[in-house]
Amino acid sequence: MAATATPPPQPKTNRIGLTVLDYRGGKTTLCAGCGHNAISERIIDAFYEMGIAPERVIKMSGIGCSSKSPAYFMGRSHSFNSVHGRMPSVTTGAVLANSKIIALGVSGDGDTASIGIGQFVHLMRRNLPMIYIIEDNGVYGLTKGQFSATADLGSKLKTGVINDLPPIDTCALAIMLGATFVGRSFSGDKRQLHTMLKAALSHRGSVMLDVISPCTTFNDHEGSTKSYKFVKDHEEPLHDVDFVPHFHDIAVDYDEGSSLNVMMHDGSSLRLRKLEHDYDPTNKVEAVKRLIQSHDAEEVLTGVLYVNTTAPNFIDMINMTDEPLATLPESVTRPSRKALEECMEELR
Amino acid sequence: MATTEFAVHGADQGAVREPVVNDFSIQVATVNGSGSQSANTVLLRTIFQMGVPVSGKNMFPSNIAGLPTWYTIRASKKGYIARKKEIDFLVAMNSETAREDVMSLAPGAVALYDEPLKLNELRSDLIFYPVPYDKITAAACPESKLRKLVKNMVYVGVVARLLNLDMTEVEKALRKQFAKKVKAAELNWGAAEAGYEYAAASLTKADPFTVERMNKTSGMIIIDGNSAAAIGSMFAGVTVVTWYPITPSSSLVETLIEYMKEYRIGADGKATFAIVQAEDELAAVGMVLGAGWAGARSMTATAGPGISLMAEFAGLGYYVEIPGVIWDIQRVGPSTGLPTRTSQGDISFVARLSHGDTRHPMLIPSDPSECFSMASEAFDLAEQLQTPVFVMSDLDLGMNNWMSEPFHYPEKPQNRGKVLTAEDLDRVGGFARYRDVDGDAVGYRTLPGTDHPGAAWFARGSGHNDKSQYSERPDDYANNMDRLAKKFETARTLVPRPQIVRNDGNEVGIIAYGTSHHALVETLDQLQTEYGVKADYLRLRAYPFTRETHEFIAAHKRVYIVDQNRDAQMLELLKLDIAIPDIIKLRSVRHYNGLPIDARSVTDEIISQEGK
Repeated sequence: MAATATPPPQPKTNRIGLTVLDYRGGKTTLCAGCGHNAISERIIDAFYEMGIAPERVIKMSGIGCSSKSPAYFMGRSHSFNSVHGRMPSVTTGAVLANSKIIALGVSGDGDTASIGIGQFVHLMRRNLPMIYIIEDNGVYGLTKGQFSATADLGSKLKTGVINDLPPIDTCALAIMLGATFVGRSFSGDKRQLHTMLKAALSHRGSVMLDVISPCTTFNDHEGSTKSYKFVKDHEEPLHDVDFVPHFHDIAVDYDEGSSLNVMMHDGSSLRLRKLEHDYDPTNKVEAVKRLIQSHDAEEVLTGVLYVNTTAPNFIDMINMTDEPLATLPESVTRPSRKALEECMEELR
Repeated sequence: MATTEFAVHGADQGAVREPVVNDFSIQVATVNGSGSQSANTVLLRTIFQMGVPVSGKNMFPSNIAGLPTWYTIRASKKGYIARKKEIDFLVAMNSETAREDVMSLAPGAVALYDEPLKLNELRSDLIFYPVPYDKITAAACPESKLRKLVKNMVYVGVVARLLNLDMTEVEKALRKQFAKKVKAAELNWGAAEAGYEYAAASLTKADPFTVERMNKTSGMIIIDGNSAAAIGSMFAGVTVVTWYPITPSSSLVETLIEYMKEYRIGADGKATFAIVQAEDELAAVGMVLGAGWAGARSMTATAGPGISLMAEFAGLGYYVEIPGVIWDIQRVGPSTGLPTRTSQGDISFVARLSHGDTRHPMLIPSDPSECFSMASEAFDLAEQLQTPVFVMSDLDLGMNNWMSEPFHYPEKPQNRGKVLTAEDLDRVGGFARYRDVDGDAVGYRTLPGTDHPGAAWFARGSGHNDKSQYSERPDDYANNMDRLAKKFETARTLVPRPQIVRNDGNEVGIIAYGTSHHALVETLDQLQTEYGVKADYLRLRAYPFTRETHEFIAAHKRVYIVDQNRDAQMLELLKLDIAIPDIIKLRSVRHYNGLPIDARSVTDEIISQEGK
């Protein structure tokens, strides 16, 4: 009796026919247990699940442990490891040159909140369409453990040094400056981070995600406010985050009283099931107020802090053609002979 | 009623001076912000329209209003358009500087002054013309609050009468200047006429300077170098422009914005470009590199302080090998050091801009026409060589008005360099970003967004192998460095060649670049006619230096290098590049007082070093 031929098991694919392996990158060289590696995994999952071709993505970074991580995911995407604190400008140029590409920036707390604060501020202000992730551990890793500007007041270094300056809250800053999707998460909160990343991919504007990502080597000890233990103990989610992508059936019930539904630019639906009564992520003032309160209460407030799906992004503002500028043909970018004659005539 | 004071005493007294036709300089001393620029432009254009070669140089302070400013107009039948050191005809409108302005004139010069200042009492060896500006302006302009604005046009009328300028040309120039402002045009024209009538009625011509029609400017245009660079960049096909305002480069981008709005909006009403005012020069050049990496023709314009901030990114651009064009409109000094004065002070800094081993190609325009053409050449070179290219203009070229032949439409198609498309990748199978496949040390690149699973490469600093993978291996690093050095040799064969003027100069050669060229044209004549020194002349148009430059130095006994900086920066670069026996031939002529270089200073210095 002939055996029934069983087809070999097919690897699972996403809606564009790619497997999760197609979203993998090089082997990480970061420390074992580094929060950044968990974030890379979530990025891979989110892009895979959203069915975004890696070729459409650019991975941008500055300098630091965090900025090395783009080498460890999505090897089929172009990537640019730029200079310290200057990833925003390089990304801005790239997005202007090709507004069809999806820009994912990975930065760190030093790269963003110290050397890069100037470019960060102006990036947020422009609401440039991109996802900006801060892998935030409160210390400089590559230079072996100095405080960064997001370190909390009173946090302690391994050497016993106490931080006596207040932290820069990059989320509050981003909200005030004009970013239109701002969230905070934790590398150890797999589900929340994963869901927020998928929602970020549905947004057209500056997405700023501050992801607390403990440094196991230099900042994971007793007395640090960026250790796994501290963040686990002090995490205060604003809501349960749920996300229904536009290519799924959206008609899932939700209770308006206990959930907030945010319709994203691509038709996806971000659902925030309220854990905290009355938190409204479309209210800038409330968001900043709540963030300030969280510092006083020693809470690590997580979730979608602010979202605005109506503000124009930078590409809308400058009235740019839809075709990528990079590949516009000469017939479009070089005005005619007659145009030059006209210019010359005016100058005679 | 005022009359001309004949005050030429001493040996000249009573002597009739021969008329000096189409060969003099006028200096107008005014106060910044007083609106004198319009009046000066009208004077310049009038002489230009009369067919006489002319140039204008604005010497202005770093200030919005209130500080002294000088504008010199030079008419030259021989076509010399460099600054002339000697002032023949002073229009003293600024009471603050009038005394010093008059005292600095050479005997026999003319001073037109505001009557109440009584400048004629200062010296007895000048020709003075008093003008009661307030009286004339009051009569010509009934609205008292507008008088300040038209006062300057009175001297235009007076000068027109004294220099025999055609008032129909004055009117034409004036109406062009106030093209869309009809009321302003009327008021100003009234003031110019009033000045003319005053001079006709009350001043007796006592100086020899006069303008006669020629035909040396027909078909030409008047334009500043920054505007020329803007038009050139537009026709070069620039798509991403970033900038941070800084004197003297701001007008380049501001003019470009105007032209792009006019000529680069598509049929759908959308822009085929993006222009971004960045938060600083760090961001401006970062955006240029990001855009260049993603495949756009991207540029920024800046000056020395901005160049300093761009140093780190310039190095990254060199190592990642990204095209981009950076215009450096050179000026003097860091911080508040003379930001409105000209210089060629960034040459050696830009050549090696960044830490580590770096070298950057520089193009060096000398006139607006080259600002136009080098805009295209810079983009072609940047994309061909995959590296940032700097265009080294200066304040004198960028901000002053120059007469120029009309620009020629770029005939060569854009050279977009070695870019692999998805179809190319299908055909060739794969690529290594930094592999020297063609022997010119320039690799192939793909653009982000290329729809091919093998398209991606990882842009990063100098630590990479030829596949752009991170590597700290000594051989990978050294190989890459050697290839980059070889690529600079490729650049040597592609940059614009120098322009050489042979003048039977068997012994003496002169090398200059940029705006020094205009002084050199005159210097060559001065050397020959006044001293019998024949000199050959080479005008550098780019760095790295090409073969012609080495040959030129080898062929002469003494070679003078003219730099508008203190440290002989171009000479220093040449020293590093030429054969050792030739180094001792190099002699330096430097000019670094913030003013545009003049021929007399160069001639005097060369003659002094020649021991004549």
